[in-house]
Amino acid sequence: MQTADLVIIGAGPAGMAAAATAAGCGLSVMVPDEQAAPGGQIYRDVERVAPLRGSILGQDYADGLALVQDLGEAGVTHLGGAVVWAIEDGGRVCYTRNGEAATIEARRILLATGALERPMPVPGWTLPGVMTAGAAQILMKQSGLVPANAVLAGSGPLLYLLAAQMVRAGTPPKALVETQSLKDMIAAMPHLAGALRGWRYLAKGLGLLGELRKAGVPRHTGASALAVDGETCATAIRFEAGGRQHRIDCETVLLHHGVVPNTQASRSIGAAHRWNGRQQCFEPVVDDWGRSSVDSVFVAGDGAGIGGANAAALAGRLAALAIACDLGKLTAPCRDAQSAPLRRALAAELAARPFINLAYPPYKPALLPEDSTIVCRCEEVTAGDVRNYARLGCIGPNQAKAFGRAGMGPCQGRYCGLTVTSILADANGATPDQTGYFRIRPPIKPVTLGELAAMKAAPRGDNRTESG
Amino acid sequence: MKTVSPFREVGPAAGRVTIVWQGEPLSIAAGNLAAGLLAAGVMPFRHTPVSGAPRGPFCMMGACFDCLVEIGGVTRQACMAEASEGLEVRMAREVRADADS
Repeated sequence: MQTADLVIIGAGPAGMAAAATAAGCGLSVMVPDEQAAPGGQIYRDVERVAPLRGSILGQDYADGLALVQDLGEAGVTHLGGAVVWAIEDGGRVCYTRNGEAATIEARRILLATGALERPMPVPGWTLPGVMTAGAAQILMKQSGLVPANAVLAGSGPLLYLLAAQMVRAGTPPKALVETQSLKDMIAAMPHLAGALRGWRYLAKGLGLLGELRKAGVPRHTGASALAVDGETCATAIRFEAGGRQHRIDCETVLLHHGVVPNTQASRSIGAAHRWNGRQQCFEPVVDDWGRSSVDSVFVAGDGAGIGGANAAALAGRLAALAIACDLGKLTAPCRDAQSAPLRRALAAELAARPFINLAYPPYKPALLPEDSTIVCRCEEVTAGDVRNYARLGCIGPNQAKAFGRAGMGPCQGRYCGLTVTSILADANGATPDQTGYFRIRPPIKPVTLGELAAMKAAPRGDNRTESG
Repeated sequence: MKTVSPFREVGPAAGRVTIVWQGEPLSIAAGNLAAGLLAAGVMPFRHTPVSGAPRGPFCMMGACFDCLVEIGGVTRQACMAEASEGLEVRMAREVRADADS
């Protein structure tokens, strides 16, 4: 049986920063992470890739190197390629690595599982060739693959970053189809003053737009009625913009309208979550150290609420300080003194968020899709199906499973959960909080019977850590 | 099923491995299996058990399960697997749990 003071799930910015900070305080730390190399999605494979493609991917990506190096020097046990599939009461983390299942007994657990792309159900989004913008970034980072004939669609700064990276790679996108409008920008203006505290983000955005203009990438803003055409794979994207119908032939459509916390792990342990109306997503309820409603479990980074990579690293450090204090490795005055500059930096990092949230809102028709659009990709349940369940008396997502299997496929609701909640809430005149979310049960990732059977039997009940 | 890839490789070329795709040898880039199949022009990766609709990688980060393939007889996410010499990979042959009743 492996034991650790702290198990951190996920080696993105929050997890890496937390691990280095916690180890620096004298805690034994283990970091299971699904990827072979640390970095998370934002810094995917950065140690290997930054020297190869750093000039295409940009400085923000290469900045991840420092976190990876700190992690390497911190004396932390990084478990690359470890897929966590259950977190049990008393701090037992179960995972599979190299085809073998294993457990760790942890005194504290930090969930640093990051973000998922916000589901963007539009007609045709299940066709091969339609991917998330994040998927394209991962392909570019890890594998040096750039789609040759792509249209980027949705809203948010990530689209500009991806488009600029594609320009630098010599393969510009055919067009950007942007769903935000001038009206959104005007609505965001009252927050511009606050955003100027985070001026670096605004300057970066303007710089990316300059690159796209120079490269002659067409931009269509205020786009609506998005749909992907194709029989066996994507062949074109259709939309309305500027009072005209458009159709652009393409082989790849990259969708993005923001990212949302990946709450599968925090949901699976029964932590309390609440709806964030500004960001249109659920997030776990945490205090300002990242402490969740479940004893001994913390959440940090985008998994606790979207703030971006730099904010995630700072939140990871704050959680690590609180955990070190909990476990007697740091006095409370020491913890508070060390956290003060982190909190100031965090406030500056988050200053531009209200502006960005309003200037680049989610594409509304994808929050409440038209009836014929598939919302549950796995079970091919449409928005109309879900509305029909509501008419038959379905008040929440867990009932929706019984009505028609929405959320019961292999992705366990990751790419339909928010949509199903929104449709039911809208149809029933209820709030998302009243409507609730899928109950997420372990295993939260696949584990084979063989892997389970080969696990060393762990004695039950006699090796739980302090129950708090 | 195998066409010209809609992806272009940038940066130093990855090493190659020969896997067995649908029973036939296929040379793909070493590294991430889903990326290697995409770069080789493989599409789709599977058909859905509900309607038989074609699917391919969507999220590339282990969340969506649309890139499911059968590796050595076990259904796995291609985006979470590494390509290796001789790896036997097929389109996922999923059967609905209620289909055999």
